[in-house]
Amino acid sequence: MLSKRIIACLDVRDGQVVKGINFEGLRNAGDPAELARRYNVEGIDELVILDVTATLEKRRTMARTVATVAKELFIPLAVGGGIASEEDAAAAVEAGADKVSINSAAVANPSLVTSLARRYGSQAVVVAIDAKLEGNRFGVYVRSGSTPTGRDAVEWAREAADRGAGEILLTSIDKDGTRSGFDLPMTAAVSRAVSIPVIASGGAGTFSHFSDVFTEGCADAALAASVFHFSEHAVSELKAHLDAQGIPVRLR
Amino acid sequence: MIVALIDYKAGNLTSVRKALAALGAEILTPDSPADLDRADAIIVPGVGHFEATAALDAGWHSAIRSRLAAGVPLLGICLGQQWLFEGSDEAPDVPGLGVFPGRCVKLDPARGLMDDRAPGARYPVPGSLKVPHVGWNALKQTTRSSRLLAGVQDEAQAYFTHSYVAPDSDATVAITEHGVPFASVVEHGLVFGAQFHPEKSGETGLKMLRNFLEVA
Repeated sequence: MLSKRIIACLDVRDGQVVKGINFEGLRNAGDPAELARRYNVEGIDELVILDVTATLEKRRTMARTVATVAKELFIPLAVGGGIASEEDAAAAVEAGADKVSINSAAVANPSLVTSLARRYGSQAVVVAIDAKLEGNRFGVYVRSGSTPTGRDAVEWAREAADRGAGEILLTSIDKDGTRSGFDLPMTAAVSRAVSIPVIASGGAGTFSHFSDVFTEGCADAALAASVFHFSEHAVSELKAHLDAQGIPVRLR
Repeated sequence: MIVALIDYKAGNLTSVRKALAALGAEILTPDSPADLDRADAIIVPGVGHFEATAALDAGWHSAIRSRLAAGVPLLGICLGQQWLFEGSDEAPDVPGLGVFPGRCVKLDPARGLMDDRAPGARYPVPGSLKVPHVGWNALKQTTRSSRLLAGVQDEAQAYFTHSYVAPDSDATVAITEHGVPFASVVEHGLVFGAQFHPEKSGETGLKMLRNFLEVA
């Protein structure tokens, strides 16, 4: 049976991980390659490197970071943050990314999804959607959640899938950073609407939040950043918890 | 050890290249079938549409078959594994290499509902099976002996991303289920295939690539 995936996100700025620094028991937490190595040993299923600055002049730093992390990592690696064109995607792929995650640029120019899927295959194209509850629907926001688009998350996820996206990375703006649990209704609504995998993001705080999002939330994968810094063995402990709940996970 | 990595423009080869380099192999990207003469082993990687394998024309087919006859092992990965069969419903007019019998078929999302209710699965069932099949899934080894799977634990998990699957045959050495059971590792003589991506499957995948290089 297909395992539910646990994905760790490294928010990187200027070559350094910017979340979760200084937690106890973590040596050199600012180094993405070091964190990636530890997560890999712990049994993480996949890594996402998110460039939180993603300005033009930082591109080269980013490519170096990706290359360093990718060098000794033999699990899937996705790269996102400010990827606005085929050239940006090509730079990430060339540096060693298996997948690129596109967000604002995909909303502005949906044909970018199509062209990237044609060039690299759907398995390499993740469409990231940031959304929050707006009345009776989930509205899509861009530019790090600051700008409403007027689009509906379920409808946009369907279009992205039709255009060749291989996965949807769905982040709840309402839940992000709250550690109060994933947005279960939103995740379930999008996951049921598309046939491609949906990665839930935003709100992870406890292990039971993960079991909730895999059951009630119908998520195929769950992503978190700082929650994995809480203890040295968070990833393996989380997986043991999920396994005990009868949720299929990859154990090592 | 020179490994020919055949680039027929079906996806990005960086990860396979990196994994082989980590295992100490020298990588050759042949421009023409004649270049295969220098290779100690041949890998056909690939993701995407079966149509892309049309680039591997009769010249490639015969060169690969003749290298096989000369004792050079061949590994197909993902789309490359599907290509080892007779063909695929995804591009019915494009012939595969045909060293394994049968044709590849599409995973059926409608099959998911029942199969996801397997014993032990207590989570509620989404509307249907997700296709493509993306993520980590178990390799259930058959009773046939396998050089590729030597030292790999039964039910070890590997990373998949695909929509079409190869049929079960006498060559199946591991089966994976996603709604339906399908051949996730095939092996006969010097021909090996993996439906998943060993280069993305952590230690399990690296072990299998190492095993393949050892055959060569």
